Amino acid sequence: MSGAIVNVRHLARSFGGKRVLDGIDLDVGAGEFVSLIGASGVGKSTLLKIVAGLDQPTSGTLRIHKPGKPAEVRMMFQEDRLLPWRTVLGNVILGTKGHEADGVDILCAIGLGGRENEYPSVLSGGQRQRTALARALLHQPDLLLLDEPFGALDALTRAAMQELLSSLLRESPRTVLLVTHDVEEALLLSDRVIVMRSGKIARSLSLPGPRPRARGDAELARLKEELISSLLHDEGAPAPSNAARLERALQPHD
Amino acid sequence: MVDATSGNLSASGDLPPSGLWRLSGRVAWQLLPWVLPVLLILLWHGAAISGHLNRSVLPGPLDVVDVTISLVNRGQLQHHILVSLQRVALGFALGAVTGLALGIIVGLSIAARQIADLTVQMVRTVPHLALVPLMIFWFGIGEEPRILLVALGVVFSVYINTVSGIRSVDPKLVEMGRSYGLSKAELIWSIILPGALQQILTGIRYALGVAWLTLVVAETIASREGLGFLAQDARELLRLDVIVLVILIYAVAGWLADFLTRLVEARLLSWHPSYSQQGSRT
Ligand SMILES: Nc1ncnc2c1ncn2[C@@H]1O[C@H](COP(=O)(O)OP(=O)(O)OP(=O)(O)O)[C@@H](O)[C@H]1O
Ligand SMILES: [Mg+2]
Repeated sequence: MSGAIVNVRHLARSFGGKRVLDGIDLDVGAGEFVSLIGASGVGKSTLLKIVAGLDQPTSGTLRIHKPGKPAEVRMMFQEDRLLPWRTVLGNVILGTKGHEADGVDILCAIGLGGRENEYPSVLSGGQRQRTALARALLHQPDLLLLDEPFGALDALTRAAMQELLSSLLRESPRTVLLVTHDVEEALLLSDRVIVMRSGKIARSLSLPGPRPRARGDAELARLKEELISSLLHDEGAPAPSNAARLERALQPHD
Repeated sequence: MVDATSGNLSASGDLPPSGLWRLSGRVAWQLLPWVLPVLLILLWHGAAISGHLNRSVLPGPLDVVDVTISLVNRGQLQHHILVSLQRVALGFALGAVTGLALGIIVGLSIAARQIADLTVQMVRTVPHLALVPLMIFWFGIGEEPRILLVALGVVFSVYINTVSGIRSVDPKLVEMGRSYGLSKAELIWSIILPGALQQILTGIRYALGVAWLTLVVAETIASREGLGFLAQDARELLRLDVIVLVILIYAVAGWLADFLTRLVEARLLSWHPSYSQQGSRT
């Protein structure tokens, strides 16, 4: 299998005394697809940024390696982060030299052929996300980090993007770490789903069989229900007691 | 409400605009800004020939045209305009390059900011025209004081806008650039400067106005050439028509400078939704 290996040991990260990550241990094998889920604010993006080298852990170690050569790591951020002053193609080939032809190829592959010379401001949200994905893939990373890449998309576009990602990974396999809010997305796409709670890994769920999995699978539906109900009891999730307060807050005052 | 909308719709449906109609509409739209200035000049002219205007207070447009022709024939007007243009260009270039360089350094480096920003902010509060007597004392009435004064007027607005433009660049884009392996130089060239460009150009446009203003004052005080001198000289000779001519030239020059920077802006910021083809109508 091609792709980088990731070893995370006792990783912790605090922001001003607040411990966001609290002893994370995580091993990802070469070519493995791992999804991270958990309540909002639990530290998923923080973990991903540390793995990407954009943030330093307070303590603990991180190792990313690949036999033979240094591992390329690319991150697709929660927002598309396209440069508005560069064309679509200019954005995709950012940081590379002489890869215009590859850029055009990859844009065709994700359905943006012919849009190379337009500026991001005229693209739709889904097209912008696809451009950002093309940019991450152009570098042929050994480790691909995706932070809610399809979070802002409508259900139909999201399903198309999931298909696209799966087929691109089938053609050139690599290690992927995906952060998502969408439990079903995690179950469909990954080899393993990791649930984070209070800065720790609460659960690691290995999924059988090849990916992507079929959408209608009964076992998958059961797992989805179970994961969602366990996530609902996490802190950060809107608790039932809060629902009453919300209702009061929304009541018209007279 | 509903009736008005449907009425509009049917009216445009009954009258499909022909190509010629639309073209003349476009031309009329382009000419619209000139209606008011032309009207004002006509009013001025009317007041002059009807005798409502005391010519020893304000000469009429035709008097100004006459004096323009005679000055051009003697080769004086071209000469003074050229001298002034040269001064403004030199002073502006000097000030803009200095302000830009200083602004980029201070914008990029926290250490440089800590060292220089307080000083620059203090010096900035001194009106640069207050330095005129000192400049004349140092340099006499040579070219240097005027060019330096223009540069001083320009440098701060370019500096301040460059610094704040660089500071307002989205840090998320910079973080993205770093994670995509851009070197420091590439980061500056591909992300930081384009992100700051809009505000830098705003500073430059403002600075152009300051440059003209400074030049007028500097030339009025100590010069034997240039438009400011021409006006000053005319005042001593009680030539009101020349003074009015110089004022008109300043107006046209200011408008031209603004027009040119807008062209540059539209070109450099063509990626920007509000500067794109569709947006430039306003
Ligand atoms: N640079 C920072 N400074 C201070 N606090 C931070 C910083 N970055 C993140 N945090 C805090 O760390 C916690 C985790 O943030 P993080 O962005 O990792 O959450 P997340 O799991 O990705 O949430 P979401 O699903 O909503 O994106 C939050 O409480 C956040 O306020
Ligand atoms: Mg996040």
